[in-house]
Amino acid sequence: MAQMHNTVEPTAEKNVARNSFDRKNTKVLIICGGLSHERDISLSSGKRVGGFLEEAGWNVAYHDMDSELLGYLQSEKTRPDIVWPLLHGASGEDGSIRDILEMVDLPYIGSRAKASRTAWGKPVAKNVVRKLGNVSTPRSVTLPESMFRELGVHKIIDLLISSLGLPLFVKPTMGGSALGCTFVHTADQLPQAMVGCFAYGDVALIEQAIEGTEVSVSILEIDGNPVVLPPLEIVTPNGTYDYDARYTPGPTDFYVPARVSPNTLESLKQAALSAHRTLSLRDISRIDFIVDSNGVPQFLEANVTPGMTDTSLLPQAAIAAGYDLSDLYSALVESVLAQNRVTIR
Amino acid sequence: MSDSEKLTSKVIKNDPWYDSYADRAEVMRASEIRALFAVASRPEVVSLAGGMPYLEYMPFKELSEHIAKMIVDKGDIAWQYGSAQGDPHLRESVLEIMKLEHIHDVQPDDVVITNGSQNALDLITRIMCNPGDVILAEAPNYVGALGVFQSFQVDVVNVQLDENGLIPESFEQAIIEQRKLGKKVKFLYTVPNFHNPAGVTLSIERRPRIIEIAQKYHVLIVEDNPYGLLGFDGQTYPALRSMDPNIVYLSSFSKIIAPGMRVAWMVAPPGIRHKLVLANEASILCPSNMSQFTITTYLDNFDWKKQINQYRGMYKERCEAMDSSLRELMPYCTWNKPKGGFYIWLRIPDGLNSRAMLPRAITAKVAYVAGTGFYMNGEGSDHMRLSFCYPTPERIKEGIRRLASVVDAERKTVELFGTSTVQTPQNSLRTEQQILDTPDPSAK
Repeated sequence: MAQMHNTVEPTAEKNVARNSFDRKNTKVLIICGGLSHERDISLSSGKRVGGFLEEAGWNVAYHDMDSELLGYLQSEKTRPDIVWPLLHGASGEDGSIRDILEMVDLPYIGSRAKASRTAWGKPVAKNVVRKLGNVSTPRSVTLPESMFRELGVHKIIDLLISSLGLPLFVKPTMGGSALGCTFVHTADQLPQAMVGCFAYGDVALIEQAIEGTEVSVSILEIDGNPVVLPPLEIVTPNGTYDYDARYTPGPTDFYVPARVSPNTLESLKQAALSAHRTLSLRDISRIDFIVDSNGVPQFLEANVTPGMTDTSLLPQAAIAAGYDLSDLYSALVESVLAQNRVTIR
Repeated sequence: MSDSEKLTSKVIKNDPWYDSYADRAEVMRASEIRALFAVASRPEVVSLAGGMPYLEYMPFKELSEHIAKMIVDKGDIAWQYGSAQGDPHLRESVLEIMKLEHIHDVQPDDVVITNGSQNALDLITRIMCNPGDVILAEAPNYVGALGVFQSFQVDVVNVQLDENGLIPESFEQAIIEQRKLGKKVKFLYTVPNFHNPAGVTLSIERRPRIIEIAQKYHVLIVEDNPYGLLGFDGQTYPALRSMDPNIVYLSSFSKIIAPGMRVAWMVAPPGIRHKLVLANEASILCPSNMSQFTITTYLDNFDWKKQINQYRGMYKERCEAMDSSLRELMPYCTWNKPKGGFYIWLRIPDGLNSRAMLPRAITAKVAYVAGTGFYMNGEGSDHMRLSFCYPTPERIKEGIRRLASVVDAERKTVELFGTSTVQTPQNSLRTEQQILDTPDPSAK
């Protein structure tokens, strides 16, 4: 077995799985689907991870987030040994399902409920990472639709422009896959961006759009050691990593590691680890940054259930680092199983 | 820090074959709209989106016995390759169906069986159109047809509809304008009965006029008629094909019996039919014998006319439920109450964009199809298609109740910001096409 390091660079294939569990008789339940806007991605992530685990010999089962789930988790006949919640969006990433899993005393892969809740709310996560983790974040404000109603749209827009400047990035405070997100270049684009954002949620995060290099850093914790995968740079033809660019295999290119200086590369890894730790994340996360023109990583958001589809960032970074995904996901499962987590509170 | 000091990065091509695709594949992309529709298949969501026929009245138990016998008797043929033109017995059987719409002059040899009408649309476009040719089509139009036309890089030119269907003057005007531009108008694609999505029916009075114009300018008509037998009061209309043998006629078992069988048929003039058969052979070799035999087993052993009549009554009740709910809860919208088929084409208040509003609808657990999917050019954001075919009347009422609250909330937001909602991307068509009539296969 290869020695685990805090950080890894692309190398030849690594073997991280210990293979010390009876995989055939260890039931891994993947919960995917749900009712969020990201159901499609969740189903895809679930099937993808499950496929790799099946390939590695685990007894894998799948369940949607529905009215039958609780009975399934509690029945002696169907109760799994471990759960991997791969629900994207609300319920999956806001901590709810993790609270449920803890109440039914099932070990699961991923951050605990409270940490998930903190990371899920982008403004709170930014604040925590900036203040406690000493990581830079783009300046932003968080405004509900009601605030525009009460104070007047144009007055707030004027204030936003004078305070944050242009360009801006508007996104729902909760949610992923770039849904409801708009890059705003001019003041007159802002009202439409707000309407598009509020179609996905009641509160908007309006952030300074930093021009720079978009980089994503994925972290897995195996046997208590954080494995920071090589920072992955995202290059899209139109400069926007939107839904289309994320889930259509196409013109998006990734560079591993990101094409930044060695110092910046190290800063990215440290910033990602810092975000992961200050947010009390566990097992798996993906931290997204923009590297500004000074080479400083600016934290954008943390994902407690990163996408695991065939075009998603974490798997691509892992493959580039030389991991076999069956081995890597198995190692994660084994790591959690070995901890005998007591979940009843 | 200079480049030389950077670590060597390796590039991961998200799709290493991206540079190899044909131009027509450019529009085949994921979209957030498609993602949202994954939720629509969940039982918590009232889906007014899919055009799926309601099949629970089908006599499946009895049918299964007949199919079992058919396999015993003819399994060696049913499981074998067949003719590219289709099974002769089925080609004979469809003549009786077409007689209901006044088509009496067709012989079995005039018929070509296809894998659903989508296959038929592909074939007729394949043999008729070069890139840049023009197809005239009603606006809005069946999104599946638009997807085919788009894939052959054809220019689709809109012909206007009103409550009486295709407007003859608009048809003629479009021909004249396109010819002035030096374009080759290859055919008119029309859904005359209970239009998808507009719900309207081409009036009896306009039908001869449409044919007259087509004959005058020597423009082929492709008549797509999947809903013709689904008039709520049992009414049928004379098919355009019944008035002119030089029309290509498409019909299907998908909306009346079994979309899963993928069996449809075309009737075409001899020259075109000859090409269609060869094109079908090149494309799929032959339609499935098993599917064709299953359909003929049903037609031979059951009172299919009575069955269709039962469906008509049920769809009428559902249409009434939707119409009355809309009148009660969304009186500020406008629509034509259809006399048959599956759809209401709803115009929403000015300033709203049905595509941009969809996430809000999904959050409220109601789904519809945004109007933009029925145009090639991003138009249609002021409309949505509502299907009443699948949900029960109670579910329809609940769906409209949810939809009304969504529209109200969106109106308030749009009014607040004094702007219409976000613009529709130009590439919206292809991705929306796939979500219309197909339930999520992963749904439980």
